This record gives sequence, structure tokens and C-alpha cells, in this order.
Amino acid sequence: MVFLRKSLPVILACAFAFAPLFSFANTDADSVQVTTTSLENHSGDHHAEEPQSKKEKINAYIEHHLQDSHDFTFFSDEETGKHYGFSLPVIIYDNGLKVFSSSKFHHGETVAEVEGNFYKLYHGKIYKTDAAGTIEYDEAHHPTNAKVLDFSITKNVVGLLIACVLLFLMFAGYARQFKKRGSNAIPTGFARVLEPLVLYVRDEIARPNIGEKKYKKFMPYLLTVFFLIWLLNLLGLTPMGINVTGNIAVTMCLALFTFFVTQFSGNKDYWKHIFWMPGVPVPMKIVLMPIEILGMFTKPFSLMIRLFANITAGHAVVMGLIAIVFLFQQQLSVGGSIGISFVLTLFISVIELLVAFLQAFIFTMLSSLFIGMAVEEHHHDDHH
Amino acid sequence: MTIPNLVGAGLIVIGGGLGLGKIGGSAMDAIARQPEAAGKIQTAMIIIGALLEGLAFGALILGA
Repeated sequence: MVFLRKSLPVILACAFAFAPLFSFANTDADSVQVTTTSLENHSGDHHAEEPQSKKEKINAYIEHHLQDSHDFTFFSDEETGKHYGFSLPVIIYDNGLKVFSSSKFHHGETVAEVEGNFYKLYHGKIYKTDAAGTIEYDEAHHPTNAKVLDFSITKNVVGLLIACVLLFLMFAGYARQFKKRGSNAIPTGFARVLEPLVLYVRDEIARPNIGEKKYKKFMPYLLTVFFLIWLLNLLGLTPMGINVTGNIAVTMCLALFTFFVTQFSGNKDYWKHIFWMPGVPVPMKIVLMPIEILGMFTKPFSLMIRLFANITAGHAVVMGLIAIVFLFQQQLSVGGSIGISFVLTLFISVIELLVAFLQAFIFTMLSSLFIGMAVEEHHHDDHH
Repeated sequence: MTIPNLVGAGLIVIGGGLGLGKIGGSAMDAIARQPEAAGKIQTAMIIIGALLEGLAFGALILGA
């Protein structure tokens, strides 16, 4: 672990060195016997949306980017139908755990056969099908095929793993310095970048909102949330395009953590203010109770929505501005459309860098605010 | 996206914009009056802005 004291490029290089690990699962080196059936009979009432115009194609592409996926596709060659990228392992539970590579799906174009069962990837979800890969629909155009329990290492999971490894490397090195050199020594190397951020979270976020006496207990949670969200937001801005914090399941988990931390650290005063608000007439207490109970849930709900919507909107805007290159070639000439797209994308990307930090800050700030409300000591001698 | 959806989205954006404008304007006034309290005012401004943003985004997502 000597390299921990090295600089950021080394850590970044390590992260990228980890990435090919996930491309391991290829067709020859698979433990499960899998054969692939090609799907030539695409005719009939086929729902395979072949986007016609450029606009529809771009919309489909942006939608695809915003969603989680079972493989990394960096770009596709339209004429040959080849996709460039790497596959990720698929882990499904369907009468026993089955592990195979997502290259079997060929991006949803073929049916994967695993131990006599057939699976098809349709809009990012895995369905059980017959050998021909038929997918049946109900009136609302939703597939009615049986779903399977999907524990796959998807793009978002890879993103989270990368963030975990990076955070662990960064903070393990930072913590070791304290052990070695005492808590008052000036940190060296990358830890020098982390120190002011940690102090910022402590002095500007936790201390004023939670209170001098109690903030220490919540520092680990707040620091974890802050750095995890920030790192995931920044990872989303790399060309890998892992949209982790733009996944509502991820933000819901983060919001649930804040919810549970708040509720379990709430003191007597906090619950009293929810169920029987002191200092107001009894009819008002009865009116206020449901509102306060609702407020318990709307706070984490808005945390979830805010992070999800901000990051999703940011990604959509960047993708949309890049699409100018393809949409305005006639009006602006090729060079002009590229130039305008470049300038606008650069502008928005810089704003997105700010948003990436701001959203991490806001999430941590509001979490500590909610926790602070829950642990606050009230003095009921004065007016309320 | 149907037309009522789009009109609703427009209304949400108008409301959110008015709210953010009010917050920003008041914060500017306050900072101009008391430049030494700029840090505290900014923090408060960002928190209120975030709450408003959560509201507007929630409406946008529920409406979409």
C-alpha cells in the first residue's frame, strides 16, 4: 500500500486498471454452458423499435444512456451493427443461481440459452422467453413474460464499486497518516486535498446544524454521504457515462439512510413535536399531527427526488447539446454545428461540475439539518 | 408528452423561477446591506433554493 502516498494520477490509473476486470466474462471462459440463438425472424408484429428519423434515434440513445444497462457500450457501428464496449456478468435467480456474461444477449438482439432456459433482454430488463424469443404484451404495451430475479453486476453496480474502491484507497491513506504522524501533523500527498474538505463538512455543515455537543456521532455518516455522492456525480461526467446518482433506486437508498438515522436518533422532544405539538390548542394539535407525520416522509422523499432529477436532467442536457452536431448540420454546416455544440457542451459541463459538488453539499446539508432537528434540545420555558 | 403535461411543466417552471428569483433577489439585498454576513446568507439561500428545487422537481416527475 505504498502507492497510497502517491498522487491522484496513480489512484486514477489504478481505477482504470480495475475496469478491464469486469470484461473478463467472455464467451469462451464461461462456467455455464450457454448457446446463443440468433433471431432472424424479426417480422410479424415486431415491437423492436427501429428508430426512423434522426430525432427519434437521438431520443432513444439519450433514454438508453440515462438507464442502467447490462453492458458498457461506448459506441456502435450502425452499418455493420457492431457494438464496441465490454460485457458485464449477469447473475439471475431462476430456480437456482445462474451466472453468465451479458455478451450472450448481444444487446437484446438475441436470446440467451442457459441450462435449457431462454432469456431475453428487453429495454434493460431480463425476461424469460421461449426459444424464438417471443415477448408478449398486454394492452398497455408492457411485456407479460415472466421476470427473473436480477442480481447482475450492471453499469451502476460497477460505478458504485469503482467509487467504493477509490474512497477506500483515498481515506485509508488519509487515516493511516494520523496513526503514523499524530493528529496535528500536516497531511502529505493526496490527503492534503481531503483535509480541507473533511474540515469543511465538519465546520460548515455538521457543527452549525447539529450542534456542538452531538455532531461527532454523525460525522462518519455525513462524510460518507458527501464523498460518495460527489464522487459518483463526478464519475457520471467522465466519458464512461455511469449515471449512478441519476438512478432513483440509488438515491432512494441514500434518502432511506438519512430517514433511519434521523428517526433513530430522535429524542423525546422530537417525537413530542410530531405527535402532540406543545404550546398550541388541542384542536390544532389534532390537525398538526397528520401534517407532521407526513413531514417525516416528505423530507427524505424530496432528498431522493432532488438528487435524482438534478443529475438526470444534467445528463440529458449534455446529451441533447451534443446532439446538435447531428441535427443542425444542414442549417449550420458541419463545422458550425460542431463548434456550437462544443461551446455549449463545455459551458454546461462546467456548470455540471458545480452541480456535482452542490448536490453532494445540499444532500449532506439537509441531512444534517434533519438530524439536527431530531436531536435538538428544546427549552420550553420561553414562548414557542 | 401530451399537451397538458407540457403546459403543466411550463407552469411549474414559471412558479419555480419566480420563487428562485425572489430568493436570489432578497439574498442580494441582504448581502448588499450586510456584506460581512454574506457567507451565512449564501448558505441559507442555497438551502431554501434546494427545498424549492425539490418541490419543483417532485411536481415535474409526478406530472411526467
